[in-house]
Amino acid sequence: MICAARVHRNEKGKERGWRDVSFAGEKRNQEGDRRAMLNIALPKGRLGERVYAMFEAAGYECPAIKENSRKLIFENEVKGLRYFWVKPSDVSIYVERGAADMGVAGKDILLEYEPDVYELLDLGLGKCRMAVAGPKDFYDDGSRTLRVATKFTNIASGYYGGIGRDIDVIKLNGSIEIAPILGLSDVIVDIVETGSTLKENNLEVKTEILPISARLIANKAAFKFKTGRIESIAEGLRRQLAF
Amino acid sequence: MDESLLKSEEKAVLALRALYRKYGYLPFRMSKFEEYELYMRNKDFLVSDRIIAFNDTNGRLLALKPDVTLSIIKSGEDRPGFKQKVYYNENVYRVSESTRQYKEILQAGLECIGDIDLYDIYEVTALAAESLSLISEAFVLEISHLGLLSAAFDKICPDKAFADKALRFISEKNLHDLRELCRQHGIGERQCSMLEVFVTAYGEREKVMAALDAAWAHDLGAGTEEGPFEELRALSRLLDALPFSDRIRFDFSVVNNMNYYNGFVFKGFLEGISGGILAGGQYDKMMARMERSSGAVGFAIYLDLLEQLRQERSEYDVDVLLVYDSSTASEAVAEKVRELVAAGRTVTAQRMIPEKPRYKELLDLRSEGAPE
Repeated sequence: MICAARVHRNEKGKERGWRDVSFAGEKRNQEGDRRAMLNIALPKGRLGERVYAMFEAAGYECPAIKENSRKLIFENEVKGLRYFWVKPSDVSIYVERGAADMGVAGKDILLEYEPDVYELLDLGLGKCRMAVAGPKDFYDDGSRTLRVATKFTNIASGYYGGIGRDIDVIKLNGSIEIAPILGLSDVIVDIVETGSTLKENNLEVKTEILPISARLIANKAAFKFKTGRIESIAEGLRRQLAF
Repeated sequence: MDESLLKSEEKAVLALRALYRKYGYLPFRMSKFEEYELYMRNKDFLVSDRIIAFNDTNGRLLALKPDVTLSIIKSGEDRPGFKQKVYYNENVYRVSESTRQYKEILQAGLECIGDIDLYDIYEVTALAAESLSLISEAFVLEISHLGLLSAAFDKICPDKAFADKALRFISEKNLHDLRELCRQHGIGERQCSMLEVFVTAYGEREKVMAALDAAWAHDLGAGTEEGPFEELRALSRLLDALPFSDRIRFDFSVVNNMNYYNGFVFKGFLEGISGGILAGGQYDKMMARMERSSGAVGFAIYLDLLEQLRQERSEYDVDVLLVYDSSTASEAVAEKVRELVAAGRTVTAQRMIPEKPRYKELLDLRSEGAPE
């Protein structure tokens, strides 16, 4: 025997919230919040703070960012800006994937990972050099495969490939300087700022590969649809470089 | 048929197929497999050179197609005045750049191969733009001209290493490194500014043409009725008549491999999708490498990227969850389900309430009733 059917309404009770592609003739769905705001990824740390100061001086401030908190995302709704702090090496990922419309990344990261982004401006901050370094008494006579320890395998391979030198790349994630001391490698390819770390480890710069500094980058698709806002910010930052 | 049940990619395929048929493009059908050697000979042309290969029962080395264009080029023939116009929607198999794993990608596109002229280039460019417009109103199609860039590099500094780097900086809109490159090669300010215009001029076609004419004066035929500048201008005039003409722009950051592509190249973007969804252009050089004397122009649309537009997920899997047990007559369940479906509701008949129910309404036909 069938008892009377009991009907329970599910409290969520809304219609299907299906956001779909807006084919011609169909109702176009509302733009998401992510698309309305301009999302800017900044590198966590001292460089990021200096970069933010440039954005602020250009008129793109977000006061909440200066409050002492553990928050990572800050918004200025009036100006339609959203800043977020991310690991410096991750900025280009956020920008390439479109989670951020623009960001600031080191040239070392851009050369190493080759993200498909626009590189709009050299901000001239965080200047340093990508260099080959090795023990003071080491001389590469080319008689055997050169062992190179580095975090930047793509840059190292590109550099030595360009000069036709056969190398064995050893990928390390930190404390690169000790690799030649312990005999793990002949030389290292790494970022050199003042050179004091090298000196303390009895190493010296053998060759400078290229200069490094912070670059303003933008997502290619975002640039098409937020052109004016991205151009204005780039221009505001560029003006500061002139002084 | 209720089109709301179709996935975005499926809707796009239907809409694009209808569009291409209107302009006389015929469907190109092919096997999922192709001779492995075809891809090995032309691996630089492919987005990824990692290919899934296997031996057929007779020992032939085959591959799951990573690309459609090469198969189309291979299948055609060259005859004066003849044009092969085909479209396709096929799955291709490539290594994803993000996951580094093989992925099945639904790709649609068309190719116009043969004795092509400016009209054909216009037609394909216009169809690329219209394809994007069918998917979303918020689109941009950007056009560049590799022949023009190539001629400009030859004029300023005929050194391949210089051209490769300059092309890369133009693709990045990277003015600072382009200037530094010019400085390293001893290129003067005037000539450097002639290259800079390819970074600084983008957007509205007329505005870009004016900037090019100003920067290049009469070099390479700028401001005259011949050469690559005039080709850009002529295409632009034809595109003026389209209803979405303002969404078709010039931008020299659109680049393709110069070993295969020549002349016009283009890339399409949809708002909300992080990379380009459409890519194409003239690939006469590719044709020549495959011993074809004809010209060719075409494009591909990566429909798998449409997933990025579906960000809001449905809160419900079904309108009604109908629960019954062994005491419920099958006839009663069948009748109730028929009644609900006839009323336009979706329904699932289950013997128990799922652990994570996503339904609007619960209809309980169990005799003992369900615990609340």
